[in-house]
Amino acid sequence: MDKMPAWADAVLVPLISILLAAALSALVILAIGENPVDAFKLMVEGALMRSAGWGYTLYYATNFIFTGLCVAVAFHAKMFNIGGEGQAMIGGLGVALVCLFIPFPHWSIALLVAMLAAGLFGALWALIPAYLQAKRGSHIVITTIMFNFIAAAVLNYVLVNVLRPTGAMDPATAEFPAATHLPTFQDMFATADNPLFRGSPANVTFFLAVLACLAFWFLMWRTKLGYEIRAFGFSESGARYAGISPVRITIVAMLISGGLAGMMALNTTMGEAERLVMNATEGAGFIGIAVALMGRSHPVGIFLAALLFGFLYQGGAELALWTNIPRELITVIQALVILFTGALDNMVRMPLERIFMATRRRNG
Amino acid sequence: MDFATLLQVLDSTVRLATPLLFACLAGLFSERSGVVDIGLEGKMLAAAFASAAIAAVTGSVWLGLLAGIVSATLMSAIHGLASITFRGNQLISGVAINFLASGLTVLIAQSWFGQGGRTPSLIGAGRFTGITLPFAEALSDVPVIGPIYAELISGHSILVYVAFLMVPLTWFILYRTRFGLRLRAVGEAPEAVDTAGVSVIGLRYAAIAICGLLCGLAGAYLATGLQAGFVREMTAGRGYIALAALIFAKWRPWYALWACLLFGLLQAVALRYQNIDLGAFVVPVQVMDALPYILTVIILAGFVGKAIPPRASGEPYLKER
Repeated sequence: MDKMPAWADAVLVPLISILLAAALSALVILAIGENPVDAFKLMVEGALMRSAGWGYTLYYATNFIFTGLCVAVAFHAKMFNIGGEGQAMIGGLGVALVCLFIPFPHWSIALLVAMLAAGLFGALWALIPAYLQAKRGSHIVITTIMFNFIAAAVLNYVLVNVLRPTGAMDPATAEFPAATHLPTFQDMFATADNPLFRGSPANVTFFLAVLACLAFWFLMWRTKLGYEIRAFGFSESGARYAGISPVRITIVAMLISGGLAGMMALNTTMGEAERLVMNATEGAGFIGIAVALMGRSHPVGIFLAALLFGFLYQGGAELALWTNIPRELITVIQALVILFTGALDNMVRMPLERIFMATRRRNG
Repeated sequence: MDFATLLQVLDSTVRLATPLLFACLAGLFSERSGVVDIGLEGKMLAAAFASAAIAAVTGSVWLGLLAGIVSATLMSAIHGLASITFRGNQLISGVAINFLASGLTVLIAQSWFGQGGRTPSLIGAGRFTGITLPFAEALSDVPVIGPIYAELISGHSILVYVAFLMVPLTWFILYRTRFGLRLRAVGEAPEAVDTAGVSVIGLRYAAIAICGLLCGLAGAYLATGLQAGFVREMTAGRGYIALAALIFAKWRPWYALWACLLFGLLQAVALRYQNIDLGAFVVPVQVMDALPYILTVIILAGFVGKAIPPRASGEPYLKER
């Protein structure tokens, strides 16, 4: 069967999907009696026209890069890891334990150790669903959903009964020691006469996320393991025939996926809150699904999609602040993006393919 | 624990199991036809909002119920369009529906009522109230049986009885009608159904419509029966518990009833007792919260009887040429 050119598949299909999602979102805004053009202007102003706005946009984008990569690794192995949220929660627990109980001399060492802890905790939380999928055939989607809820219960228990300082009311750990506080963009880039990124939470973890994108690309397209993961996702029987163990690939891919989700907690827990709170993940694990789908599971796409969602998140917060449009508008946009780029992909793709076929026939 | 307390816990079990049962049977119809539905949560939420909003505006709970059913069915239609017509990924479509409902309900609630994403509290005819079954008063003095009849069986809203009647009805439809046979067949071997000249797409849309109807009932009960109005995220994971119950029941109606009652009991106990002191150690409330999910994972793992889904579930059907 003839195919569309690669650029159309990689750029045109997602672009049309986003435009469809944007058009429908505009209709939603119209329907609740607000002006979509004004709303968009306000979002751009709040998220991109000030350095503090960028500080928030990049902070959110950091979360979404990690969770987007998390979902994408699993996608490459033809699995749907819906448990990024739970893995990030448990990753946060790892960060909190390390930061609270190890006296670090400097934030850089703390970051390295916390990174390992976050990755390890997240990966371990993905291990049981991965094992059950590989060995017992239990569907990974259902088990990871269940593990999200179990993670919430575990975190709730630990925060209320174990790590909450005596006398404190809200379920959260104590403040992390000052030596573990990560430098924010304000610390790094602001000068006395040019106060950049004032008060915004973007921090050094952002660069870690960019490194994760590069590592992801290298792993997937330049190593044997990445090749095996992609081969397994492309055709399980083919991979097995080539001597690739399905059990090993399923478990390894999910461990990497869970580890990436766990590392998201560095940004929210160590970078922003500087303690572990109950709802530190704020649904970023689920936004990873939209980001991975829109980014076509490629690090460049994921980076751009994460930026877009970071912009939407910060812009949505501005909207909720200045207009009558609640933040849930972003949830609607997120749902539409998932719907169009993920589930209704064929609706966009099939007519496009027909157009390309028709033009090719006319020319050839 | 005395007899009266036991009755109260069981009474609350019945109430809490009702939305689970509706949603679980909804999922059963959909998944038995080969369409995986992790969007039960979203459909329930949409129905909960629509029923509460319309009931609040019109003052009629029946119009609210209708609106709930319509909204859940619309959500089902989106799922069908994505997963049946355009052969998209059913799991992703389900996720999208959950977010769509989660966002739209608050957005519209804020725009209509301006109360921070909730509907006004429902009063009078805007709510389903308990109906007293015949002789409940007269029998309540009879020891043991009297209180059970008067407290536990009588006094629920009409939707509770509908939910429990749905179980035999679902069983009958699935196992004793031609439609049910075809529905089960389309979930196991759609190519055979197609060869026999029956429309796979038609059957799956029918299943999804029933799924929407039942999710509508689940959401409407939640907002107009169990509680008096809609608040944001009021389904609170019930759609996923229903999904867990469906797996726990291995996609069979009578087992679905027992699974939903069990999970309802866990919720009722968690609501009433918080931490349970067993003398030797204390069971924290979080264990009760997590227990449905843990039990489902164990069942899924196949250590206690294997849960095998319908063979064609999750796979879009492409007619061979």
